[in-house]
Amino acid sequence: MGDDWIKMSKNLYIARSPRIAARMLGEEMLVMSGHDSTLFTLNPTATILWQAADGATPLEEIVERRICPHFEVNRDEAVQDAEQLAEDLAKHGILSLSEQPILVETKPPQANVDAGNVAKPIPPQPAAKPYAPVQEQPRR
Amino acid sequence: MSALLQEMSERALRLGVPFSVQLDITYRCNEQCVHCYLDHDDHGEMTTVEIKHLLKEMAEAGVFILTLSGGEIFLRKDFFEILECARALTFCIKLKTNAVLIRETQAARLRELGVQSVQISIYSHRPEVHDAITKVKGSLRRSIQAIRFLKSQGLKVIMANVLMTENMQDYRGVRALAEELGAEYTLDPTITPKMDGDRAILDLNAGESALQNLFRDELFVGNAEEFCAPPPSSSPSDETLASLPCSAGHTACYVSPYGEFYPCVQFPLSCGNVRQQRFIDIWRNSEQLKEVRSIRLRDLSGCSACTHGSTCTRCPGLAFMEGNMRGPSTSDCEKSFARTGIPSVNLLAKKSSPSLPRLVQIQLVPAITGTRLSGVGAPA
Repeated sequence: MGDDWIKMSKNLYIARSPRIAARMLGEEMLVMSGHDSTLFTLNPTATILWQAADGATPLEEIVERRICPHFEVNRDEAVQDAEQLAEDLAKHGILSLSEQPILVETKPPQANVDAGNVAKPIPPQPAAKPYAPVQEQPRR
Repeated sequence: MSALLQEMSERALRLGVPFSVQLDITYRCNEQCVHCYLDHDDHGEMTTVEIKHLLKEMAEAGVFILTLSGGEIFLRKDFFEILECARALTFCIKLKTNAVLIRETQAARLRELGVQSVQISIYSHRPEVHDAITKVKGSLRRSIQAIRFLKSQGLKVIMANVLMTENMQDYRGVRALAEELGAEYTLDPTITPKMDGDRAILDLNAGESALQNLFRDELFVGNAEEFCAPPPSSSPSDETLASLPCSAGHTACYVSPYGEFYPCVQFPLSCGNVRQQRFIDIWRNSEQLKEVRSIRLRDLSGCSACTHGSTCTRCPGLAFMEGNMRGPSTSDCEKSFARTGIPSVNLLAKKSSPSLPRLVQIQLVPAITGTRLSGVGAPA
């Protein structure tokens, strides 16, 4: 699978869905799917990838430029993890995947004022913890 | 609240981040509900530019959940411009509306913009009851029509059923209507005083007997025996005494259409105005907020020794409106009594001191502050 997969990722583009909600909370990105209100947290590495998902930059280039220089990780492994993460997020409507550049209108969410350094020497990991939607409180 | 959202709220508390904000963009309304606490006149709402600027400040401060409410939000001609700006800033958006002005076009646009939920006030499944409360003939029909439009777009809709004397018998019918429409349902057996201090509308509160019946209706409370079980006979534990009263001012706050900053929509303690100060500066530096954040259950007169202390839904905003943010919220004492049959320390004190001024009777369930936080540290 390795060679074929690497070849495919060179032409894989990723874009953030315009229907998600997202905010940096400390070092993690909190993301809610607009599709089903599933809530995710992205670890610092996944956050970098997600923020770089502009629809115009190939996934492999994102990994090479934004992940590899800052993390102690094998390039091929990082690309493979990124591919898996992108597929996971796409299943929940958080990212769009295409073999062609994707036209997007949204800007990446800004870090909050207290967001700290996100570069930590840990390998890329997929998103985790999908949970049930938020409970409501009554309106008066 | 989901486990992850609870975890994120607790992290926000540790980081001192305003995780959830309710922003009322207008107090004007196209319904005239008999129980409404608002003054519907426009006394100088924030402009489109001011609101967009505020949204940017809130995003930079780390606000994730943004509830847009009113008044009736669709009365603002710039509503969708505001909403587009908020979504571009990737807030998780919740709307509160009567939905009377929502048609296919508006419902489709809400879906395009990725609104997380739309909460709609429905008072009865019977038009003659609902319309009498809103004072707008045909309002139930239009709100139901809007719910169908929203559901056809796949949007999450919550029917919010405020209960009062006029509609206390109809909550099962409203719940059935919600199921029929594919909407979620929530009820609130509470009426609050008007913002101008007029308490006449409190007479609309359903009363003790109706509350007792509601709290024993297993369709709503699950196991009634368990729900109405007496509290522990002992005073609150040390852990409970160290807990925070609610999220108001800790991870949540409220901004009025005029830019006034409060800990909560039901906690009218002005902490500043976003027209004069940056949102984050008020959040971090307001002396009023610091005082609110300093309060623990152990600091509350009466409540700290009350057997209901560990289970009570005491609202600090209501306590503030009664005259002391470190005091009891009598309406919540009354709820605990209706639920368990055991009077709180506050109710016993009132009974033994008839010469004391009668406390304001307000019955209220926190709207954006409903989660009791277990953390013990105030945010930075």
